[in-house]
Amino acid sequence: MSTTTTPPTTLPAREATPYVGSALDRVEGLEKVTGQARYAFEYSPDDLAYAVPVQATVARGKIRTVDVDAAVKLPGVIAAIWHGNAPRLAPPENAELAVLQSREVAYRGQYVAVVVAETLENAREAARLLRVDYQVEEHDVELRADHPEMYRPERVNPAYPADTEQGEPDAALAEAQVVVDEIYSTPAEHNNPMEPHATVAVWDGDGLTLYDSTQGASSVRDTVAPLFGLPPGNVRVVSPHVGGGFGSKGMPLSPVVLAALAAKHAGRPVKLAVTRQQMFAVTGYRTPTIQRVRLGADTEGRLSVIVHDAFEQSSRIREFAEQTATPTRMMYAAPNRRTTHRLVRLDVPTPSWMRAPGETPGMFALESALDELAVACGVDPVELRVRNEPDADPESGLPFSSRNLVACLREGARRFGWAERDPAPGIRRRDGLLVGTGVAASTYPVYRVPSRATARAEWDGTFSVRIAATDIGTGARTVLTQIAADTLRASPERISVEIGDSALPDASVAGGSMGTASWGTAVVRACEALTEELDRRGGEVPEEGLEVSADTAREVGAKRRFAQHAFGAQFAEVGVDPDTGETRVLRLLGVFAAGRIVNPKTARSQFIGGMTMGLSMALFEESVMDREFGDYLNHDFAQYHIAACADVRDVEAVWIEEDDPHLNPMGAKGIGEIGIVGTAAAVANAVYHATGVRVRDLPIRLDRLVR
Amino acid sequence: MNGEAHTTGPDISASAPSPVTVDLLLSVNRDRHPTTVDTRETLLDTLRERLGLTGAKKGCDHGQCGACTVLVDGRRVKSCLTLTVTLDDREIVTVEGLAGEDGPHPLQTAFVEHDAFQCGYCTPGQLCSAVGMLAEAAAGWPSAVTPDVGGGTSPDEGTPSGGDVPPGDGIRLDDDEIRERMSGNLCRCGAYVNIVAAITEVAR
Ligand code: FES
Ligand code: FES
Repeated sequence: MSTTTTPPTTLPAREATPYVGSALDRVEGLEKVTGQARYAFEYSPDDLAYAVPVQATVARGKIRTVDVDAAVKLPGVIAAIWHGNAPRLAPPENAELAVLQSREVAYRGQYVAVVVAETLENAREAARLLRVDYQVEEHDVELRADHPEMYRPERVNPAYPADTEQGEPDAALAEAQVVVDEIYSTPAEHNNPMEPHATVAVWDGDGLTLYDSTQGASSVRDTVAPLFGLPPGNVRVVSPHVGGGFGSKGMPLSPVVLAALAAKHAGRPVKLAVTRQQMFAVTGYRTPTIQRVRLGADTEGRLSVIVHDAFEQSSRIREFAEQTATPTRMMYAAPNRRTTHRLVRLDVPTPSWMRAPGETPGMFALESALDELAVACGVDPVELRVRNEPDADPESGLPFSSRNLVACLREGARRFGWAERDPAPGIRRRDGLLVGTGVAASTYPVYRVPSRATARAEWDGTFSVRIAATDIGTGARTVLTQIAADTLRASPERISVEIGDSALPDASVAGGSMGTASWGTAVVRACEALTEELDRRGGEVPEEGLEVSADTAREVGAKRRFAQHAFGAQFAEVGVDPDTGETRVLRLLGVFAAGRIVNPKTARSQFIGGMTMGLSMALFEESVMDREFGDYLNHDFAQYHIAACADVRDVEAVWIEEDDPHLNPMGAKGIGEIGIVGTAAAVANAVYHATGVRVRDLPIRLDRLVR
Repeated sequence: MNGEAHTTGPDISASAPSPVTVDLLLSVNRDRHPTTVDTRETLLDTLRERLGLTGAKKGCDHGQCGACTVLVDGRRVKSCLTLTVTLDDREIVTVEGLAGEDGPHPLQTAFVEHDAFQCGYCTPGQLCSAVGMLAEAAAGWPSAVTPDVGGGTSPDEGTPSGGDVPPGDGIRLDDDEIRERMSGNLCRCGAYVNIVAAITEVAR
């Protein structure tokens, strides 16, 4: 094509203000407040049908017969699918995904059938009419530390050794002047994002499109395609807006497979939403834990030994071993140390990732134990932590690339008014409430994995950046826009960041607090390459645009020379009604050190959001196992309580400047998870200070305070 | 129970009846929709699945989360608990209908500025709930934390019901009032602090 006009020069003068570090409003904000942002279930291709799944009502056994007669006679019912007529899938790596492939029932609530009908109402009614006959086997659903089938897993999530040991912990415990030896427990907790998992599955020949509520479009594509014998290129996963996940949408689970299978069998596009009740069985949860923590110290509170033993559960069909004790490996200095993880496989739903898996329950135990040590030694709990600060990573000996726990503790103490604190428990009353304050540390590792991105300059002076990242509410779309703006030296209005589609360059999952680090690196590299190319062309963009791509596999794969973790300190003030035991969190303050903060507005929201979930964990959340029926009993919001607006009063999050050149081009550590990590311990420690009652089993229920 | 048979599902031998449908006129965001609905259909499903208005969200379908909150004749209702067949000729407003001619509703703007959401899934319900809540407070309806519950107007009459709050006087919405009145709308992302700040700005 011949051009008669000269293309405009698109390389602007360098922007005065860098966008990384500025409080940009969420780029999709207006879409979200006007109801225009579309979530998975809101896609409605032509000829759509509705799928409603049926769950197993026994915890262990075999399906004998499935009677679909009444169901399929209902008007508008298109298909009833069960293991006898379901399309065959290739055997998956994760047995959870072998949906409707056998008569075995591994846990109560597992999907055993699905009905497809013209309307939601008819599908639901038909699902209710389906009759399933089981051969029942005895189930075992109770986690006990002395369960005879406890074993040591090969690795704990994602790839840590199950056990570690340094020095002579047993001898050190025997010699220690002060010993804390306590058992802590945390219940099963369910992620409960507000948007239930949902999929719209559309087949076109041997091509499959999934509008899916997921934290990782690329990973859903790569997991689902082989199940149906397809190359990954035949599957496209679209997820521009996701209503939260907190880990539960991190790996594809049975619902997305069931939707694809139902659509294939029915020969129609199919919509399937997991109900809130079903989410308590099929979309993962945080394993309950039993933890024994032993600390040995001198009378000044200097630790000589830490031993942390964790006991947890997984299902019969998949081993998910949570890394409960891993923070104990790096938090505090002590020459003698042992951490262990033991797992038992029960007839229960499969646990999975829930916001800071491992760190969250593990740090509840460790940071509660530290508080007990502070009391035992008569040392201030802030001072105790400062005293046990290590110079380098205690296990690997690697230097920390940055570690500002002490700065967080000091800054938090200053802001919170910690200096005036009288350590005596159970003596302060205000407005009829017993009040107290507590502190706990937070930490989360720095992860980064390879991703790809493309950056494109258009002839009209705009740019587009493409990467199959996901915004589950983190602000990813916004921070990637800021990162691209700085690298391209262009204002954010000229940049469109396209995410949430597996057709875009492959990206890692939105999890492990590694989105900004992983995707941001790819975006920076792509934008750098584009800027170079533009510079080389004197800033001229050809009429058809100019596009470059980047792959960070090599850069990210390089061996690390540092231990890298984010840190934080959380302070809580609680008021406890002395008659009813009702606990209210009056104040929460989090001070974090997480590298460079890309967007102070969305970062503050994420920190506060994590702390709010931590408050919820401290006071309310508990999935109760019904031993008789072998299932979580309280499977809706009426019975599984999460913090509501009135529960959350004065919560603030701040951070300290941290300049760490060893992380990634943005200098950022992850912030999605650290907010939840120390909260429950800070609240429990405050409850001890308020009442003199040490609650070692979460949540802090009324009956645990009123004796 | 080992070895026992266990069957679930109702014992139905006769064939099930056909769904019952009803014709009605739905008024949503000032548009009239002549609609035929299944009598089992909730307003939430009608809006989302039939009218393509997917702003109202389904978080639980059981009246426990508030994500589906819309306004019916100006009052906030949980659309998952409202059968559409009951709404002939009632005025329904969803999040899509909150904006005026001249741009977004002040609450919508305040939510963006205060970052009063993360994933955005609870947000349409929070916004409709806040609009309804501000009207309730303006009409003097007390909440569980209102110190003097003698005054104001009763919800259905719109007339003063006595006490020492003069007719027409609204209730001053401090943080406690807002938190209490917004507690029917859960937010798992934990945006409450910012939601309260956004509503406070508009309530002033
Ligand atoms: S969907 Fe209606 S209250 Fe939850
Ligand atoms: S913004 Fe995600 S649930 Fe409220």
